[in-house]
Amino acid sequence: MTTTKSDALLPAQGIEAPRSGRIDPKYLRNGFSKSGSFEMAAWVFMRVSGAALVVLIFVHLAVNLLVGEGIHQIDFGFVAGKWANPVWQFWDLTMLWLAMLHGGNGMRTIINDYAEKDSTRMWLKSILYLSVIVIIVLGTMVIFTFEPCLLDNSGQLLESSPSFCQNV
Amino acid sequence: MTQTKGTLYKGREGMWSWVGHRITGVGIFFFLLVHVLDTSLVRVSPEAYNAVIGAYKNPIMIVGEIGLVGAIVFHAFNGLRIILVDFWSQGTRYHRQMLWTVMGLWVITMIGFTVRHLMLFLDGWGGF
Repeated sequence: MTTTKSDALLPAQGIEAPRSGRIDPKYLRNGFSKSGSFEMAAWVFMRVSGAALVVLIFVHLAVNLLVGEGIHQIDFGFVAGKWANPVWQFWDLTMLWLAMLHGGNGMRTIINDYAEKDSTRMWLKSILYLSVIVIIVLGTMVIFTFEPCLLDNSGQLLESSPSFCQNV
Repeated sequence: MTQTKGTLYKGREGMWSWVGHRITGVGIFFFLLVHVLDTSLVRVSPEAYNAVIGAYKNPIMIVGEIGLVGAIVFHAFNGLRIILVDFWSQGTRYHRQMLWTVMGLWVITMIGFTVRHLMLFLDGWGGF
């Protein structure tokens, strides 16, 4: 065995450096074994979506809470004003999907770690997957079917409508 | 690195940042479920949405929002640290220094956010 710099730092000689021996292919990062490819993809997804979510959520918080009147400005008209712009629709849609899948995969990992009984794990994950699907479908439908300029029974614009509804 | 008692991981920076990442992640996930549901009220009626979102403008909820943003900012900065540990060739060597950087940036960000959020809240607050 050739002595490398890291070997010299180990307190006890004769102990192999971690992962220096033969490793079962399923634990290797390179090469996609059949059972490992999903977990590998999930691992990559957590990092890619995580980096994207930092930008998406920080801008979301800054625009909604730090500029203008902050928390007090948030009402129906504020949401309507934002979603009149396709950029914010796309922004919120991306944030919804990435956050739910990122959070859902994180919860899946935690359930796998702590729920030791097969049936408990199965139940918790079933509830989790159902919740994630319901929230993603609901949120997506809300963004795409949102109607900002609502009329009352007599055909008048509701008072809570954003100002741009006057010109429609 | 000094060779101290115990292991390299248990009870040290690596473990505690992992614990913090899990706890904040679970908290953010449950908030997200609620937040999508409350936002969905824009499809019910403006009154329903405004009534429920009005709850976020209560002083107790303002404190909760600072806690939520604190969890998000920690999870975000520590997540970027995890990415560096995984992909940067020197990541594992500097993981502890990066955690203290995360904590420093967290303190600075949270002082800024807390001051701004409280000032904006007090500006538009109508009292109890």
